Amino acid sequence: MDVPIQYYGLLSALLFSMGVAGVLLRRNIIIVFMSIELMFNAANLLFVAFARHQNGLDGQVFVFFVMTVAAAEVAVGLALVMALFRSKQTTDVDDASTLKG
Amino acid sequence: MITFPSDLNLGPIAPALVVVVTGILVMLADLFLFRAEDRHNTVWVALGGLIVAFLVTLGLWGQVSGGPITAIGGLAILDRFALFLDLILILVTAIVMLLSAEYLVEQNIEHAEFYTLILFSVSGMMLMGASADLMTLWVSFETFSIALYVLAAYARPKVESEEAGLKYFFLGAFSAGFFLYGIAMTYGATGTTRLMGIAQFIQANAATISANNMLYVGLGLILVGLGFKVALVPFHQWTPDVYEGAPTAVTAFMATATKAAGFAALLRVLFLAFPQLSGAWSTILALLAVLTMIGGNVIALSQRNIKRMLAYSSIAHAGYILIAIVAGGAQAVSAAMFYILAYALMTLGAFAVVIALNRGGAEVVNFEDYAGLIQRRPGLTHALAVFMFALTGFPPLAGFVGKWYIFDLAVRNGWAWLAVVGTLASVISAGYYLYIVVLMYMRPAPDNAPDLGGAQGTAGLAVALTLIGTVLLGIFASPIFNLAQSALLAAR
Repeated sequence: MDVPIQYYGLLSALLFSMGVAGVLLRRNIIIVFMSIELMFNAANLLFVAFARHQNGLDGQVFVFFVMTVAAAEVAVGLALVMALFRSKQTTDVDDASTLKG
Repeated sequence: MITFPSDLNLGPIAPALVVVVTGILVMLADLFLFRAEDRHNTVWVALGGLIVAFLVTLGLWGQVSGGPITAIGGLAILDRFALFLDLILILVTAIVMLLSAEYLVEQNIEHAEFYTLILFSVSGMMLMGASADLMTLWVSFETFSIALYVLAAYARPKVESEEAGLKYFFLGAFSAGFFLYGIAMTYGATGTTRLMGIAQFIQANAATISANNMLYVGLGLILVGLGFKVALVPFHQWTPDVYEGAPTAVTAFMATATKAAGFAALLRVLFLAFPQLSGAWSTILALLAVLTMIGGNVIALSQRNIKRMLAYSSIAHAGYILIAIVAGGAQAVSAAMFYILAYALMTLGAFAVVIALNRGGAEVVNFEDYAGLIQRRPGLTHALAVFMFALTGFPPLAGFVGKWYIFDLAVRNGWAWLAVVGTLASVISAGYYLYIVVLMYMRPAPDNAPDLGGAQGTAGLAVALTLIGTVLLGIFASPIFNLAQSALLAAR
Protein backbone atom coordinates (compact mmCIF):
# COMPACT_ATOMS: atom_id res chain seq x y z
CA MET A 1 0.00 0.00 0.00
CA ASP A 2 1.33 3.39 -0.95
CA VAL A 3 1.68 6.07 1.67
CA PRO A 4 -0.21 9.16 0.45
CA ILE A 5 1.93 12.10 -0.59
CA GLN A 6 0.29 14.32 2.05
CA TYR A 7 1.86 12.29 4.83
CA TYR A 8 5.33 12.88 3.44
CA GLY A 9 4.55 16.57 3.10
CA LEU A 10 3.35 16.72 6.69
CA LEU A 11 6.39 14.89 8.05
CA SER A 12 8.70 17.07 5.99
CA ALA A 13 7.00 20.27 7.17
CA LEU A 14 7.30 19.04 10.75
CA LEU A 15 11.02 18.33 10.34
CA PHE A 16 11.55 21.71 8.70
CA SER A 17 9.74 23.52 11.52
CA MET A 18 11.82 21.63 14.09
CA GLY A 19 14.94 22.74 12.25
CA VAL A 20 13.86 26.38 12.13
CA ALA A 21 12.87 26.32 15.79
CA GLY A 22 16.19 24.72 16.69
CA VAL A 23 18.18 27.44 14.88
CA LEU A 24 16.17 30.20 16.51
CA LEU A 25 15.89 28.82 20.05
CA ARG A 26 18.95 26.72 20.84
CA ARG A 27 22.16 28.42 21.95
CA ASN A 28 24.70 25.65 21.36
CA ILE A 29 26.47 26.07 18.02
CA ILE A 30 26.57 22.32 17.33
CA ILE A 31 22.83 21.95 17.94
CA VAL A 32 22.17 24.93 15.68
CA PHE A 33 24.31 23.19 13.10
CA MET A 34 22.27 20.00 13.37
CA SER A 35 19.06 21.99 13.09
CA ILE A 36 20.22 23.47 9.80
CA GLU A 37 20.97 19.97 8.53
CA LEU A 38 17.46 19.00 9.58
CA MET A 39 16.06 21.79 7.40
CA PHE A 40 18.06 20.51 4.43
CA ASN A 41 16.93 16.95 4.98
CA ALA A 42 13.31 18.00 5.32
CA ALA A 43 13.66 19.47 1.83
CA ASN A 44 15.35 16.26 0.65
CA LEU A 45 12.42 14.19 1.89
CA LEU A 46 10.05 16.45 0.02
CA PHE A 47 12.10 16.10 -3.17
CA VAL A 48 12.14 12.33 -3.02
CA ALA A 49 8.45 12.10 -2.14
CA PHE A 50 7.45 14.34 -5.03
CA ALA A 51 9.81 12.59 -7.43
CA ARG A 52 8.11 9.30 -6.57
CA HIS A 53 4.66 10.83 -6.73
CA GLN A 54 5.27 12.31 -10.17
CA ASN A 55 7.30 9.36 -11.45
CA GLY A 56 10.14 11.73 -12.29
CA LEU A 57 13.82 11.64 -11.53
CA ASP A 58 14.55 15.35 -11.18
CA GLY A 59 13.79 15.37 -7.48
CA GLN A 60 16.02 12.41 -6.73
CA VAL A 61 18.91 13.89 -8.69
CA PHE A 62 18.42 17.14 -6.82
CA VAL A 63 18.85 15.29 -3.51
CA PHE A 64 22.31 14.15 -4.57
CA PHE A 65 23.29 17.75 -5.24
CA VAL A 66 21.88 18.82 -1.89
CA MET A 67 23.81 16.12 -0.05
CA THR A 68 27.06 17.06 -1.79
CA VAL A 69 26.58 20.73 -1.03
CA ALA A 70 25.59 19.98 2.57
CA ALA A 71 28.77 17.95 3.05
CA ALA A 72 30.90 20.84 1.78
CA GLU A 73 28.98 23.22 4.00
CA VAL A 74 29.53 21.03 7.06
CA ALA A 75 33.27 20.92 6.37
CA VAL A 76 33.49 24.71 6.19
CA GLY A 77 31.09 25.27 9.08
CA LEU A 78 32.89 22.94 11.48
CA ALA A 79 36.21 24.55 10.56
CA LEU A 80 34.74 27.94 11.44
CA VAL A 81 33.36 26.61 14.73
CA MET A 82 36.78 25.14 15.53
CA ALA A 83 38.52 28.44 14.75
CA LEU A 84 36.20 30.38 17.02
CA PHE A 85 36.44 27.73 19.74
CA ARG A 86 40.22 28.09 19.74
CA SER A 87 39.92 31.83 20.27
CA LYS A 88 37.05 31.91 22.74
CA GLN A 89 36.75 28.40 24.26
CA THR A 90 32.99 28.37 23.83
CA THR A 91 30.25 26.83 21.72
CA ASP A 92 27.55 29.20 22.90
CA VAL A 93 26.25 31.48 20.16
CA ASP A 94 25.60 34.27 22.68
CA ASP A 95 29.32 34.50 23.41
CA ALA A 96 30.04 35.33 19.78
CA SER A 97 29.17 38.96 20.40
CA THR A 98 32.37 40.92 19.86
CA LEU A 99 30.60 42.65 16.97
CA LYS A 100 27.70 44.63 18.29
CA GLY A 101 24.31 43.99 16.79
CA MET B 1 23.41 2.26 -21.91
CA ILE B 2 24.21 5.76 -20.85
CA THR B 3 23.22 8.49 -23.26
CA PHE B 4 24.45 12.00 -22.84
CA PRO B 5 22.18 14.87 -23.74
CA SER B 6 22.96 15.96 -27.26
CA ASP B 7 23.37 19.57 -26.25
CA LEU B 8 25.99 18.87 -23.59
CA ASN B 9 27.68 22.03 -24.70
CA LEU B 10 30.07 23.69 -22.29
CA GLY B 11 30.91 26.64 -24.55
CA PRO B 12 28.14 28.86 -23.21
CA ILE B 13 29.43 28.67 -19.64
CA ALA B 14 33.01 29.29 -20.76
CA PRO B 15 33.52 32.51 -18.72
CA ALA B 16 32.77 30.66 -15.48
CA LEU B 17 34.95 27.73 -16.54
CA VAL B 18 37.87 30.05 -17.31
CA VAL B 19 37.50 31.55 -13.83
CA VAL B 20 37.47 28.11 -12.16
CA VAL B 21 40.55 27.00 -14.09
CA THR B 22 42.29 30.23 -13.13
CA GLY B 23 41.52 29.50 -9.49
CA ILE B 24 43.19 26.10 -9.81
CA LEU B 25 46.15 27.61 -11.70
CA VAL B 26 46.63 30.15 -8.91
CA MET B 27 46.95 27.32 -6.39
CA LEU B 28 49.38 25.43 -8.63
CA ALA B 29 51.42 28.56 -9.33
CA ASP B 30 51.67 29.21 -5.61
CA LEU B 31 52.89 25.68 -5.08
CA PHE B 32 55.32 25.23 -7.95
CA LEU B 33 56.07 28.56 -9.59
CA PHE B 34 56.74 31.08 -6.85
CA ARG B 35 58.93 30.92 -3.80
CA ALA B 36 57.46 32.09 -0.51
CA GLU B 37 58.87 35.62 -0.85
CA ASP B 38 57.44 35.99 -4.37
CA ARG B 39 54.00 34.83 -3.34
CA HIS B 40 52.42 38.23 -4.05
CA ASN B 41 52.88 37.46 -7.75
CA THR B 42 49.94 35.06 -7.64
CA VAL B 43 47.65 38.07 -7.95
CA TRP B 44 48.96 38.61 -11.49
CA VAL B 45 48.06 35.02 -12.42
CA ALA B 46 44.57 35.65 -11.12
CA LEU B 47 44.27 38.95 -12.98
CA GLY B 48 45.57 37.32 -16.16
CA GLY B 49 42.83 34.69 -15.89
CA LEU B 50 40.24 37.42 -15.46
CA ILE B 51 41.48 39.12 -18.62
CA VAL B 52 41.05 35.83 -20.50
CA ALA B 53 37.56 35.47 -19.04
CA PHE B 54 36.82 39.03 -20.16
CA LEU B 55 37.93 38.27 -23.72
CA VAL B 56 35.91 35.04 -23.77
CA THR B 57 32.84 36.94 -22.57
CA LEU B 58 33.30 39.54 -25.30
CA GLY B 59 33.71 36.74 -27.83
CA LEU B 60 30.45 35.13 -26.74
CA TRP B 61 28.63 38.48 -26.82
CA GLY B 62 28.52 38.48 -30.60
CA GLN B 63 27.39 34.86 -30.79
CA VAL B 64 24.19 35.31 -28.79
CA SER B 65 22.72 38.03 -30.97
CA GLY B 66 20.29 35.51 -32.43
CA GLY B 67 18.80 34.59 -29.06
CA PRO B 68 19.78 32.56 -26.04
CA ILE B 69 21.84 29.38 -26.25
CA THR B 70 21.12 26.53 -23.86
CA ALA B 71 23.94 24.50 -22.35
CA ILE B 72 24.41 21.29 -20.35
CA GLY B 73 21.14 19.79 -21.46
CA GLY B 74 19.12 22.90 -20.65
CA LEU B 75 20.47 23.42 -17.13
CA ALA B 76 22.20 26.64 -18.10
CA ILE B 77 21.37 29.36 -20.55
CA LEU B 78 23.55 31.89 -22.25
CA ASP B 79 22.14 35.25 -23.16
CA ARG B 80 23.30 38.83 -23.01
CA PHE B 81 21.90 39.19 -19.53
CA ALA B 82 24.29 36.49 -18.27
CA LEU B 83 27.17 38.01 -20.24
CA PHE B 84 26.48 41.51 -18.95
CA LEU B 85 26.51 40.12 -15.41
CA ASP B 86 29.78 38.33 -16.24
CA LEU B 87 31.31 41.63 -17.36
CA ILE B 88 30.23 43.38 -14.14
CA LEU B 89 31.57 40.52 -12.03
CA ILE B 90 34.90 40.39 -13.87
CA LEU B 91 35.32 44.15 -13.41
CA VAL B 92 34.43 43.98 -9.72
CA THR B 93 36.72 41.03 -9.10
CA ALA B 94 39.65 42.64 -10.88
CA ILE B 95 39.29 45.79 -8.77
CA VAL B 96 38.94 43.73 -5.58
CA MET B 97 42.18 41.94 -6.45
CA LEU B 98 43.98 45.23 -6.98
CA LEU B 99 42.66 46.30 -3.58
CA SER B 100 43.70 43.10 -1.88
CA ALA B 101 47.27 42.78 -3.13
CA GLU B 102 48.88 45.14 -0.60
CA TYR B 103 46.11 44.98 1.97
CA LEU B 104 46.71 41.26 2.53
CA VAL B 105 50.42 41.83 3.06
CA GLU B 106 49.78 44.63 5.56
CA GLN B 107 47.24 42.52 7.44
CA ASN B 108 49.70 39.64 7.39
CA ILE B 109 47.12 37.28 5.87
CA GLU B 110 48.59 36.83 2.43
CA HIS B 111 48.04 33.37 1.01
CA ALA B 112 47.33 32.46 -2.59
CA GLU B 113 44.13 30.72 -1.43
CA PHE B 114 42.59 34.16 -1.07
CA TYR B 115 42.56 34.66 -4.82
CA THR B 116 41.48 31.08 -5.42
CA LEU B 117 38.51 31.46 -3.09
CA ILE B 118 37.53 34.76 -4.69
CA LEU B 119 37.71 33.16 -8.14
CA PHE B 120 35.67 30.10 -7.10
CA SER B 121 33.13 32.39 -5.54
CA VAL B 122 32.89 34.46 -8.72
CA SER B 123 32.44 31.34 -10.84
CA GLY B 124 29.40 30.47 -8.73
CA MET B 125 28.04 33.97 -9.18
CA MET B 126 28.52 33.79 -12.95
CA LEU B 127 26.68 30.48 -13.12
CA MET B 128 23.91 31.97 -11.05
CA GLY B 129 23.28 34.49 -13.79
CA ALA B 130 23.42 31.71 -16.38
CA SER B 131 20.98 29.41 -14.56
CA ALA B 132 18.00 28.06 -16.44
CA ASP B 133 17.09 25.51 -13.79
CA LEU B 134 16.58 25.72 -10.04
CA MET B 135 19.15 22.94 -9.68
CA THR B 136 21.90 25.03 -11.29
CA LEU B 137 20.74 28.00 -9.28
CA TRP B 138 21.01 26.06 -6.03
CA VAL B 139 24.45 24.63 -6.71
CA SER B 140 25.89 27.96 -7.90
CA PHE B 141 24.23 29.74 -4.96
CA GLU B 142 26.08 27.44 -2.59
CA THR B 143 29.33 27.51 -4.56
CA PHE B 144 29.68 31.22 -4.13
CA SER B 145 28.34 31.21 -0.56
CA ILE B 146 30.65 28.54 0.82
CA ALA B 147 33.73 30.28 -0.60
CA LEU B 148 32.53 33.53 0.93
CA TYR B 149 32.04 31.99 4.39
CA VAL B 150 35.72 31.12 4.38
CA LEU B 151 36.72 34.53 3.03
CA ALA B 152 34.77 36.35 5.76
CA ALA B 153 36.78 34.48 8.39
CA TYR B 154 40.00 34.92 6.44
CA ALA B 155 41.73 37.22 8.93
CA ARG B 156 41.74 34.54 11.65
CA PRO B 157 42.85 34.37 14.42
CA LYS B 158 41.34 37.83 14.64
CA VAL B 159 38.19 37.17 16.68
CA GLU B 160 36.10 39.72 14.78
CA SER B 161 36.82 38.00 11.50
CA GLU B 162 36.14 34.51 12.84
CA GLU B 163 32.91 35.73 14.28
CA ALA B 164 31.94 37.39 11.02
CA GLY B 165 32.61 34.14 9.19
CA LEU B 166 30.58 32.12 11.66
CA LYS B 167 27.64 34.53 11.64
CA TYR B 168 27.65 34.68 7.86
CA PHE B 169 27.83 30.91 7.72
CA PHE B 170 24.94 30.26 10.08
CA LEU B 171 22.62 32.88 8.67
CA GLY B 172 23.66 31.95 5.12
CA ALA B 173 23.02 28.24 5.71
CA PHE B 174 19.74 29.08 7.47
CA SER B 175 18.58 31.12 4.49
CA ALA B 176 19.80 28.38 2.14
CA GLY B 177 17.48 26.02 4.03
CA PHE B 178 14.51 28.26 3.22
CA PHE B 179 15.67 28.64 -0.37
CA LEU B 180 15.97 24.87 -0.76
CA TYR B 181 12.60 24.18 0.83
CA GLY B 182 11.08 26.73 -1.48
CA ILE B 183 12.61 24.97 -4.47
CA ALA B 184 11.29 21.62 -3.19
CA MET B 185 7.75 23.02 -2.88
CA THR B 186 7.93 24.64 -6.30
CA TYR B 187 9.05 21.32 -7.72
CA GLY B 188 6.20 19.59 -5.95
CA ALA B 189 3.66 22.08 -7.24
CA THR B 190 4.81 22.19 -10.85
CA GLY B 191 6.66 18.91 -11.37
CA THR B 192 9.71 20.58 -12.84
CA THR B 193 12.74 22.58 -11.77
CA ARG B 194 13.25 24.24 -15.17
CA LEU B 195 12.54 27.95 -14.94
CA MET B 196 10.81 27.98 -18.33
CA GLY B 197 8.98 24.78 -17.41
CA ILE B 198 7.56 26.44 -14.30
CA ALA B 199 6.34 29.37 -16.40
CA GLN B 200 4.76 26.96 -18.90
CA PHE B 201 3.03 25.08 -16.08
CA ILE B 202 1.62 28.31 -14.69
CA GLN B 203 0.45 29.33 -18.16
CA ALA B 204 -1.20 25.97 -18.80
CA ASN B 205 -2.98 25.94 -15.44
CA ALA B 206 -3.81 29.63 -15.29
CA ALA B 207 -7.38 28.96 -14.18
CA THR B 208 -6.52 26.93 -11.10
CA ILE B 209 -3.19 28.52 -10.21
CA SER B 210 -4.55 30.85 -7.54
CA ALA B 211 -5.64 27.80 -5.52
CA ASN B 212 -2.16 26.26 -5.74
CA ASN B 213 -0.98 27.29 -2.30
CA MET B 214 2.14 25.16 -2.43
CA LEU B 215 3.45 27.13 -5.41
CA TYR B 216 2.91 30.45 -3.63
CA VAL B 217 4.58 29.22 -0.45
CA GLY B 218 7.48 27.88 -2.55
CA LEU B 219 7.90 31.22 -4.30
CA GLY B 220 7.76 33.00 -0.95
CA LEU B 221 10.50 30.79 0.53
CA ILE B 222 12.69 31.28 -2.55
CA LEU B 223 12.30 35.03 -2.10
CA VAL B 224 13.28 34.72 1.57
CA GLY B 225 16.45 32.80 0.61
CA LEU B 226 17.49 35.31 -2.04
CA GLY B 227 16.39 38.21 0.17
CA PHE B 228 18.90 37.10 2.78
CA LYS B 229 21.69 37.09 0.20
CA VAL B 230 21.00 40.58 -1.13
CA ALA B 231 20.24 41.82 2.42
CA LEU B 232 16.66 43.07 2.20
CA VAL B 233 15.06 44.33 5.41
CA PRO B 234 13.90 42.28 7.45
CA PHE B 235 16.50 39.70 6.35
CA HIS B 236 19.44 42.06 6.80
CA GLN B 237 20.55 41.54 10.41
CA TRP B 238 23.74 39.71 9.50
CA THR B 239 24.99 42.44 7.15
CA PRO B 240 26.51 45.07 9.47
CA ASP B 241 28.27 42.54 11.71
CA VAL B 242 29.67 40.51 8.83
CA TYR B 243 30.74 43.59 6.87
CA GLU B 244 32.45 45.02 9.93
CA GLY B 245 34.24 41.85 10.98
CA ALA B 246 35.37 40.56 7.59
CA PRO B 247 38.65 41.83 6.10
CA THR B 248 37.86 45.07 4.24
CA ALA B 249 38.83 43.66 0.84
CA VAL B 250 36.36 40.81 1.38
CA THR B 251 33.71 43.26 2.54
CA ALA B 252 34.15 45.22 -0.67
CA PHE B 253 33.71 42.00 -2.64
CA MET B 254 30.65 40.91 -0.65
CA ALA B 255 28.98 44.29 -0.87
CA THR B 256 29.24 44.45 -4.65
CA ALA B 257 29.60 41.03 -6.27
CA THR B 258 27.15 39.20 -4.00
CA LYS B 259 24.58 41.89 -4.55
CA ALA B 260 25.01 41.69 -8.33
CA ALA B 261 24.68 37.89 -8.34
CA GLY B 262 21.77 37.85 -5.90
CA PHE B 263 19.78 40.34 -7.94
CA ALA B 264 20.64 38.51 -11.14
CA ALA B 265 19.16 35.36 -9.59
CA LEU B 266 16.07 37.27 -8.45
CA LEU B 267 15.58 38.66 -11.96
CA ARG B 268 16.01 35.21 -13.49
CA VAL B 269 13.59 33.49 -11.15
CA LEU B 270 10.90 36.18 -11.14
CA PHE B 271 10.96 37.12 -14.82
CA LEU B 272 11.67 33.69 -16.29
CA ALA B 273 9.72 31.34 -14.01
CA PHE B 274 7.04 33.45 -12.33
CA PRO B 275 6.13 36.29 -14.70
CA GLN B 276 2.43 35.38 -14.56
CA LEU B 277 2.38 35.70 -10.79
CA SER B 278 3.81 39.22 -10.86
CA GLY B 279 0.62 40.54 -9.28
CA ALA B 280 1.44 38.56 -6.14
CA TRP B 281 5.19 39.12 -5.89
CA SER B 282 5.32 42.75 -6.94
CA THR B 283 3.13 43.79 -3.98
CA ILE B 284 5.31 41.89 -1.50
CA LEU B 285 8.52 43.18 -3.04
CA ALA B 286 7.19 46.76 -3.06
CA LEU B 287 6.64 46.46 0.68
CA LEU B 288 10.12 45.00 1.15
CA ALA B 289 11.60 47.80 -0.98
CA VAL B 290 10.02 50.45 1.26
CA LEU B 291 11.21 48.70 4.43
CA THR B 292 14.68 48.21 2.96
CA MET B 293 15.18 51.78 1.75
CA ILE B 294 13.81 53.44 4.89
CA GLY B 295 15.31 50.91 7.33
CA GLY B 296 18.76 50.88 5.73
CA ASN B 297 19.04 54.64 5.45
CA VAL B 298 17.65 55.47 8.91
CA ILE B 299 19.86 53.00 10.78
CA ALA B 300 22.89 54.13 8.75
CA LEU B 301 22.44 57.62 10.22
CA SER B 302 23.47 56.40 13.67
CA GLN B 303 26.62 54.52 12.58
CA ARG B 304 30.09 55.72 13.58
CA ASN B 305 32.12 53.05 11.77
CA ILE B 306 32.52 53.49 8.03
CA LYS B 307 32.30 49.75 7.30
CA ARG B 308 29.01 49.46 9.19
CA MET B 309 27.79 52.64 7.54
CA LEU B 310 28.56 51.21 4.11
CA ALA B 311 26.82 47.98 5.15
CA TYR B 312 23.57 49.84 5.86
CA SER B 313 24.15 51.86 2.70
CA SER B 314 24.37 48.60 0.74
CA ILE B 315 21.06 47.52 2.29
CA ALA B 316 19.44 50.79 1.26
CA HIS B 317 20.73 50.48 -2.31
CA ALA B 318 19.26 46.97 -2.51
CA GLY B 319 15.94 48.68 -1.89
CA TYR B 320 16.42 51.01 -4.86
CA ILE B 321 17.28 48.09 -7.14
CA LEU B 322 14.18 46.28 -5.91
CA ILE B 323 12.05 49.17 -7.22
CA ALA B 324 13.20 48.32 -10.74
CA ILE B 325 12.11 44.70 -10.29
CA VAL B 326 8.75 45.73 -8.84
CA ALA B 327 8.08 48.21 -11.62
CA GLY B 328 8.73 45.49 -14.20
CA GLY B 329 8.23 46.13 -17.88
CA ALA B 330 10.68 45.90 -20.72
CA GLN B 331 13.32 48.13 -19.15
CA ALA B 332 13.33 46.68 -15.63
CA VAL B 333 16.31 44.41 -16.28
CA SER B 334 18.46 47.08 -17.89
CA ALA B 335 17.61 49.66 -15.21
CA ALA B 336 18.46 47.17 -12.47
CA MET B 337 21.69 46.02 -14.13
CA PHE B 338 22.79 49.59 -14.80
CA TYR B 339 22.17 50.48 -11.17
CA ILE B 340 24.08 47.42 -10.00
CA LEU B 341 27.06 48.48 -12.11
CA ALA B 342 26.90 52.07 -10.83
CA TYR B 343 26.47 50.93 -7.23
CA ALA B 344 29.38 48.49 -7.56
CA LEU B 345 31.74 51.21 -8.82
CA MET B 346 30.77 53.74 -6.14
CA THR B 347 30.90 51.27 -3.27
CA LEU B 348 34.15 49.66 -4.43
CA GLY B 349 35.60 53.17 -4.66
CA ALA B 350 34.60 53.98 -1.08
CA PHE B 351 36.11 50.73 0.16
CA ALA B 352 39.21 51.35 -1.94
CA VAL B 353 39.80 54.65 -0.13
CA VAL B 354 39.28 52.95 3.25
CA ILE B 355 41.84 50.30 2.27
CA ALA B 356 44.31 52.85 0.89
CA LEU B 357 44.20 54.67 4.23
CA ASN B 358 45.29 51.50 6.07
CA ARG B 359 48.74 51.56 7.47
CA GLY B 360 50.49 48.66 9.13
CA GLY B 361 47.50 46.48 9.97
CA ALA B 362 45.46 49.06 11.91
CA GLU B 363 42.25 49.70 10.00
CA VAL B 364 41.06 53.27 9.63
CA VAL B 365 37.33 52.74 10.04
CA ASN B 366 36.09 55.07 12.80
CA PHE B 367 34.49 58.32 11.77
CA GLU B 368 36.84 60.33 14.03
CA ASP B 369 39.79 59.10 11.95
CA TYR B 370 38.32 60.91 8.95
CA ALA B 371 38.16 64.34 10.61
CA GLY B 372 40.50 66.80 8.94
CA LEU B 373 41.53 64.27 6.32
CA ILE B 374 41.79 67.04 3.74
CA GLN B 375 44.99 68.34 5.32
CA ARG B 376 46.59 64.94 5.52
CA ARG B 377 45.52 63.08 2.36
CA PRO B 378 43.91 65.61 -0.01
CA GLY B 379 43.78 63.29 -3.04
CA LEU B 380 42.00 60.46 -1.25
CA THR B 381 39.70 62.97 0.47
CA HIS B 382 38.52 64.36 -2.86
CA ALA B 383 38.03 60.81 -4.17
CA LEU B 384 35.99 59.70 -1.15
CA ALA B 385 33.91 62.88 -1.39
CA VAL B 386 33.09 62.07 -5.03
CA PHE B 387 32.01 58.54 -4.06
CA MET B 388 29.85 59.87 -1.22
CA PHE B 389 28.18 62.41 -3.55
CA ALA B 390 27.67 59.66 -6.12
CA LEU B 391 26.12 57.32 -3.52
CA THR B 392 23.79 60.11 -2.41
CA GLY B 393 22.75 60.58 -6.03
CA PHE B 394 24.14 63.94 -7.04
CA PRO B 395 24.25 64.67 -10.77
CA PRO B 396 26.18 64.11 -12.97
CA LEU B 397 27.67 61.08 -11.19
CA ALA B 398 26.80 57.42 -11.72
CA GLY B 399 24.44 57.15 -8.74
CA PHE B 400 22.22 59.93 -10.04
CA VAL B 401 21.75 58.40 -13.47
CA GLY B 402 21.09 54.97 -11.97
CA LYS B 403 18.41 56.34 -9.67
CA TRP B 404 16.98 58.40 -12.53
CA TYR B 405 16.45 55.31 -14.71
CA ILE B 406 14.85 53.37 -11.85
CA PHE B 407 12.53 56.11 -10.59
CA ASP B 408 11.56 57.04 -14.14
CA LEU B 409 10.66 53.40 -14.80
CA ALA B 410 8.62 53.23 -11.59
CA VAL B 411 6.64 56.38 -12.48
CA ARG B 412 5.91 55.18 -16.00
CA ASN B 413 4.69 51.77 -14.80
CA GLY B 414 2.30 53.06 -12.17
CA TRP B 415 4.50 52.83 -9.10
CA ALA B 416 4.93 56.57 -8.65
CA TRP B 417 4.48 56.38 -4.86
CA LEU B 418 7.40 53.96 -4.70
CA ALA B 419 9.57 56.44 -6.59
CA VAL B 420 8.54 59.13 -4.11
CA VAL B 421 9.54 56.92 -1.18
CA GLY B 422 12.85 56.19 -2.94
CA THR B 423 13.53 59.89 -3.43
CA LEU B 424 12.74 60.63 0.22
CA ALA B 425 15.04 57.78 1.26
CA SER B 426 17.85 59.29 -0.86
CA VAL B 427 17.34 62.57 0.97
CA ILE B 428 17.76 60.76 4.31
CA SER B 429 20.91 59.10 2.95
CA ALA B 430 22.49 62.53 2.42
CA GLY B 431 22.53 62.79 6.23
CA TYR B 432 25.27 60.20 6.61
CA TYR B 433 27.06 60.33 3.26
CA LEU B 434 27.57 64.08 3.50
CA TYR B 435 28.42 63.87 7.21
CA ILE B 436 31.64 62.10 6.19
CA VAL B 437 32.34 64.86 3.67
CA VAL B 438 31.76 67.53 6.35
CA LEU B 439 34.08 65.67 8.74
CA MET B 440 36.83 65.40 6.15
CA TYR B 441 36.75 69.00 4.92
CA MET B 442 35.58 71.10 7.86
CA ARG B 443 36.68 69.50 11.11
CA PRO B 444 40.24 69.65 12.45
CA ALA B 445 42.17 66.41 12.74
CA PRO B 446 42.33 65.04 16.30
CA ASP B 447 45.72 65.13 18.04
CA ASN B 448 45.95 61.38 18.39
CA ALA B 449 45.02 60.70 14.76
CA PRO B 450 46.33 57.35 13.50
CA ASP B 451 49.01 56.89 10.88
CA LEU B 452 47.58 56.83 7.40
CA GLY B 453 48.52 55.05 4.22
CA GLY B 454 48.48 56.84 0.91
CA ALA B 455 47.17 56.35 -2.59
CA GLN B 456 50.18 54.55 -3.98
CA GLY B 457 50.44 51.05 -5.40
CA THR B 458 47.57 48.91 -6.61
CA ALA B 459 45.06 50.27 -4.09
CA GLY B 460 45.65 53.75 -5.51
CA LEU B 461 45.12 52.32 -8.99
CA ALA B 462 41.81 50.85 -7.81
CA VAL B 463 40.74 54.23 -6.41
CA ALA B 464 41.61 55.90 -9.72
CA LEU B 465 39.76 53.27 -11.79
CA THR B 466 36.58 53.42 -9.73
CA LEU B 467 36.72 57.22 -9.70
CA ILE B 468 36.98 57.38 -13.48
CA GLY B 469 34.23 54.77 -13.76
CA THR B 470 31.88 56.64 -11.41
CA VAL B 471 32.32 59.90 -13.31
CA LEU B 472 32.22 58.45 -16.83
CA LEU B 473 29.21 56.26 -16.06
CA GLY B 474 27.40 59.41 -15.00
CA ILE B 475 28.38 61.51 -17.99
CA PHE B 476 28.24 58.88 -20.73
CA ALA B 477 25.32 56.93 -19.28
CA SER B 478 23.32 56.27 -22.42
CA PRO B 479 25.76 53.99 -24.33
CA ILE B 480 26.19 51.81 -21.23
CA PHE B 481 22.45 51.85 -20.63
CA ASN B 482 21.87 50.77 -24.22
CA LEU B 483 24.34 47.95 -23.66
CA ALA B 484 22.36 46.92 -20.59
CA GLN B 485 19.22 47.29 -22.67
CA SER B 486 20.46 44.70 -25.11
CA ALA B 487 21.06 42.45 -22.11
CA LEU B 488 17.32 41.98 -21.70
CA LEU B 489 16.13 38.61 -20.53
CA ALA B 490 15.61 36.19 -23.36
CA ALA B 491 12.07 35.32 -22.37
CA ARG B 492 10.76 38.84 -22.65
